[in-house]
Amino acid sequence: MDTHPIDMTRSATNASAAAAVSVRGVSKNYGQVEALRDLSLDFPRGQLTSLLGPSGCGKTTLLKIIAGLLQPTEGEVEVNGKPVTGPGPDRAFVFQDFALLPWATVLRNVAFGLELRGVRISEREAIAEQYIRNVGLAGFEKSYPHELSGGMRQRVGLARALAVDSEVLLMDEPFSAVDEQTRRKFQEDLLGLVAGENKTFLFVTHSIEEAVYVSDQIAILLPRPSRVSEVIRPSGLRTRNVSDIRRDPEYLDIVDRIWASLRSYVE
Amino acid sequence: MPMSRSLVLKLLSGVIVFGAWEVAGRIPVSYAFPTFFESMAALVDMTVSGWIFEAYVETLRPLIIGLLISAFIGIALGLWVGLSNWFDWLVSPIFIVMQAAPLAALIPLLVMVYGIGLTSKVFVVCIMAMPVIVLNTAGAVRNAPTNLKEMGYSFLGTEQDIILKVIIPSASPIIFAGLRLGTSAGFIGAILSELKITPTGIGDIITYSRSIADYPSMYAAIFSIMVLAVLFLNFLERTERYFFAGNVRGYASD
Repeated sequence: MDTHPIDMTRSATNASAAAAVSVRGVSKNYGQVEALRDLSLDFPRGQLTSLLGPSGCGKTTLLKIIAGLLQPTEGEVEVNGKPVTGPGPDRAFVFQDFALLPWATVLRNVAFGLELRGVRISEREAIAEQYIRNVGLAGFEKSYPHELSGGMRQRVGLARALAVDSEVLLMDEPFSAVDEQTRRKFQEDLLGLVAGENKTFLFVTHSIEEAVYVSDQIAILLPRPSRVSEVIRPSGLRTRNVSDIRRDPEYLDIVDRIWASLRSYVE
Repeated sequence: MPMSRSLVLKLLSGVIVFGAWEVAGRIPVSYAFPTFFESMAALVDMTVSGWIFEAYVETLRPLIIGLLISAFIGIALGLWVGLSNWFDWLVSPIFIVMQAAPLAALIPLLVMVYGIGLTSKVFVVCIMAMPVIVLNTAGAVRNAPTNLKEMGYSFLGTEQDIILKVIIPSASPIIFAGLRLGTSAGFIGAILSELKITPTGIGDIITYSRSIADYPSMYAAIFSIMVLAVLFLNFLERTERYFFAGNVRGYASD
């Protein structure tokens, strides 16, 4: 991936260099239903943290609170030390269902984040074209979303999030709607992205294997009421070759350990 | 070639329908039902004499004024109704009642209030055309996909961005469907007003031809207004296709 000039300012941005995003005592109630209770978690800068848990444990709710799309009932979220009050230029979202504009071409979809920021059309299309190439969709600029496969649509969603060059990428089960082969390819590409781009990734998934494969840090969320039950940091997996990770004893151990702690919550 | 195939199908369906008309006219099913060719001959006569053009100048005036009012005010009202619950509560019932009202029975009331001129006829066109435009627009706006709106907000769109760049385009297929239905209803309203209020334009041709038992002319007039309505609907479809090319062929989520 090509990098943007903004990377230059990275070292000078903030004193709390360790955590790009921190969640402090966040609770979220929907009427009587407690979606999150007093949840605290730090997301280290430049790393990928997974939120892993069974469905209904509030993973997506937490991600949307961090995105500023939902307001927490209590507690606060800080991005680079600044409290979150709404969506901001420091965060970009990749949606589970892609959320592409069906009436817009790939080019306009990828440029849409920049369009909403008021970037001039020639400039934003140049940036969008670059990211379309980077995600491997060169030649599809003039296609409409319905002409693309699920995997290609999610590449468009990813390119759109990368094009606005945010420091934090929020990914809500981005690979759950694509087929298994494409998902594996995406997971490998994601590792390359984490290594190559100096960004912080927050990754929601319900797949244990996926979480262990792609993460620097895994936060396991348990439901009723939702809380972080455990944070696991695989130590030796990042230095492995991508094709060897799934054979690594540490990978297998962690997968087993997570399943052991989650199985009692699966009805 | 799909283009030429669709052309062949269109011609074929024309031949079948007009053939059936010709046959029915020759049997004849009714003394008052002319054949297709008699009607077309009458249409040519009216065109040559210029009678039909004079008639359309009369008919199109309330029709176009009414349709323009219905389209602009209808879409604006529909947007507002769709975006605001309070306005929905205030306005929707009026249009639901308007849509269900037996218009022919209300025309005497309109005439009492607005006289027999252009105003009453424009009203009839609007009453026919506007409710479906308003209600369709409102429904489509209200049901604009949440995920796209969220996407817009997460990429820092303002309220206005979301309305203009997400809600309206995603509502456009149903807004256009409402416009097409409203336009057809408006055509019906225009003719209805000419039959029920004062016989002018095409309504005059229909009424006069019937009174002197010149049925070919009467059917020629009816036929011409149907052709005009179809052409107009085609134009609307092309407009939609031009502005929202990706919408017409499917959705990213299906």
